[in-house]
Amino acid sequence: MSAEPAGRLDVAPLPTQPPLRRVLVRPERRWRLPDLAAIWQYRELFWVMALRDIRVRYKQTALGVAWAIVQPLCTMIVFTTISHFARIATDGVRPEVFYYCGLLPWLLFANAMTSAGNSLLGHQHLITKVYFPRAIVPIASVVTALIDFTIAFVVLLAMLLFYGVRPAPQIVLVPVFVALACATALGFGLWLSALTTQFRDVRHMAPFLTQLWLFCTPVLYPSSAVGGGWKRALLDLNPMSAIVEGFRWCVLGRSPPALPALVLAVTTVVVVLGSSLYYFQRIDRTVADRI
Amino acid sequence: MSGGRIRSSSIAKRFQVVGTRDRAARFNTLAEWLATLVRGRTRPEMMWALRDISFDIGAGEVVGLIGHNGAGKSTLLKIISLITEPTAGEMEIVGRVGSLLDVGIGFHPELSGRENVFLNGAILGMRRAEIARKFDEIVSFAGTEAFLDTPVKHYSTGMYMRLAFAVAAHLDPEILIVDEVLAVGDAAFQKKCLGKMGDVAKQGRTVLFVSHNLGAVRSLCTRGIVLAGGALQFDGPVDDAIAGYLASAADRGAQDGEVSFGPDGLAFADLAVLSVRLRNGAGDVRALFDATEPITIDIDYQVKGRLPGARTVIALGTSEGEVAFQSTDQQARDADLPPGRYRTSCTIPGGLLNGRMYVVDIGFDIPSGRVLAPARPYLSFVVAGANDQGAALWPGIVNPQLGWATRPA
Repeated sequence: MSAEPAGRLDVAPLPTQPPLRRVLVRPERRWRLPDLAAIWQYRELFWVMALRDIRVRYKQTALGVAWAIVQPLCTMIVFTTISHFARIATDGVRPEVFYYCGLLPWLLFANAMTSAGNSLLGHQHLITKVYFPRAIVPIASVVTALIDFTIAFVVLLAMLLFYGVRPAPQIVLVPVFVALACATALGFGLWLSALTTQFRDVRHMAPFLTQLWLFCTPVLYPSSAVGGGWKRALLDLNPMSAIVEGFRWCVLGRSPPALPALVLAVTTVVVVLGSSLYYFQRIDRTVADRI
Repeated sequence: MSGGRIRSSSIAKRFQVVGTRDRAARFNTLAEWLATLVRGRTRPEMMWALRDISFDIGAGEVVGLIGHNGAGKSTLLKIISLITEPTAGEMEIVGRVGSLLDVGIGFHPELSGRENVFLNGAILGMRRAEIARKFDEIVSFAGTEAFLDTPVKHYSTGMYMRLAFAVAAHLDPEILIVDEVLAVGDAAFQKKCLGKMGDVAKQGRTVLFVSHNLGAVRSLCTRGIVLAGGALQFDGPVDDAIAGYLASAADRGAQDGEVSFGPDGLAFADLAVLSVRLRNGAGDVRALFDATEPITIDIDYQVKGRLPGARTVIALGTSEGEVAFQSTDQQARDADLPPGRYRTSCTIPGGLLNGRMYVVDIGFDIPSGRVLAPARPYLSFVVAGANDQGAALWPGIVNPQLGWATRPA
């Protein structure tokens, strides 16, 4: 055994360089699994893009970020007025609170889906000039809507305090339903944005679709007001029903969503989001040609 | 620092021609799609943007990509940049690609310079920490320190371009792809950009450079690839590539804003053209101009015999062969030219041309008489895309600054 330290005989180690990224470019004919790792690598980009949207939207406006609560607040006032005249029951909660609480997840979904749907077309100049996973663009739109939601949610908490409504303990589950609303919006938004690049008609269809969708979602009315039969089935087929109900249950503690409806909603969301990501992977390299 | 490698084997790209647009888009509205269902699909017109392109670019090579507009340069760059997919063939890309297909991609006019640096950097694939580390360097390179918190919509075009290029120049990829970026900004800034690209090349990175500024291509690149009509026409030493391109192109002698034909000149029966030169507002010979500065065309020629009523005609055209305008000195002088040497100068005012390449055709004739020297291209030049209508290039052969006013009526 030598007493000589082994390292002394070694040559200085070469500076280690990470291996260079290797990409093979060729016409892709097969369907491939969505490359979520690549999207995750660009996670800073959707954050930066979302911040850009927020900044740009409120620059040179007098109210600034307060605009994020104008939409739910005004809609709430309209709904409260309607319910006053139409005598719609609001689950034994003050209508102001009931509507504002129901509107938050709905508007999160509707705004996220609409802007995600328009996002690819709106970023044409980027998509034809630089590569990044294309799904980043719709995801950024959802993140933007989520930021608006967060601001509006703080107002909801203030409102509960003001009206002396004690939040239910299950309020800790709010993030679950927020995540579900985002996933639904992203799933449908990805499909809409992809279809918009092919058929410009879709862009005109989206606002109309959201409007109809609102009437099939228990926002203006509690789902307990809907009887059985086909109306109930229609309500349960809509994943947003269970999500809005669930959100309201978390905050106000009244009428929990039916478990089968919730399971069906989650299944629908998984299928829609999964298929849309799958489709996006397929068009990742071709969307720049057809946009 | 190491450079990346690109190996292209038989890359081809086909586009479907829809109306006048050469895009692969099939339908734009449901109505069109339904129409094809009813009528049956008409055979779509196809166009090959690239055919059988094979080359190998090794680590540290600095390659110039030359070709006319429509030769397939942009399509090739888009394939390398992963923006679009080839129709056939295979390409292996080793190393991170930094593509500068445009400056200021994603710049938002309402955001401040600082915010745009972070936004643009993220779009180009830089990490926030990386941008923060290089931030001061980027800003000092652009020379816009004083305006960091001003929305970029208040920037001059030059400032905007400088900041945009600065972000991209600090991307540090293994493969740097630059498309026509140098056709922006003033001459001093272009020099700076070229210098920066030279530095990148010296660090051993691989650079692929596309420009109509052949002088810049020559000084920067060692190897040239010439594309013509979607096919690879030449691949070899940059001087040969440029020579081959110029020989095939209508713009012989385009490289430096000057062409001269020796002591005897380019001889015709009654006159000989000695030289043609392009000068900017400061009187310097250039092949690249800012859109706002005047361009003077100096034509030196020798008149051999008395030529009553002779005139000089210039025609400014695009590299695709469309004529922007023609102009003559006939009204500007009334005296005939006795034999001797002359210099005829024509000044194109600033604020007229668009940000693109132009070809100068010159001819001499006697109206309703004979042609003294048939019109032919002598020089080409590039106008930097500065205009007062925003940063993007506007369609049209020219982009004149017009008088606009809106008032209550």
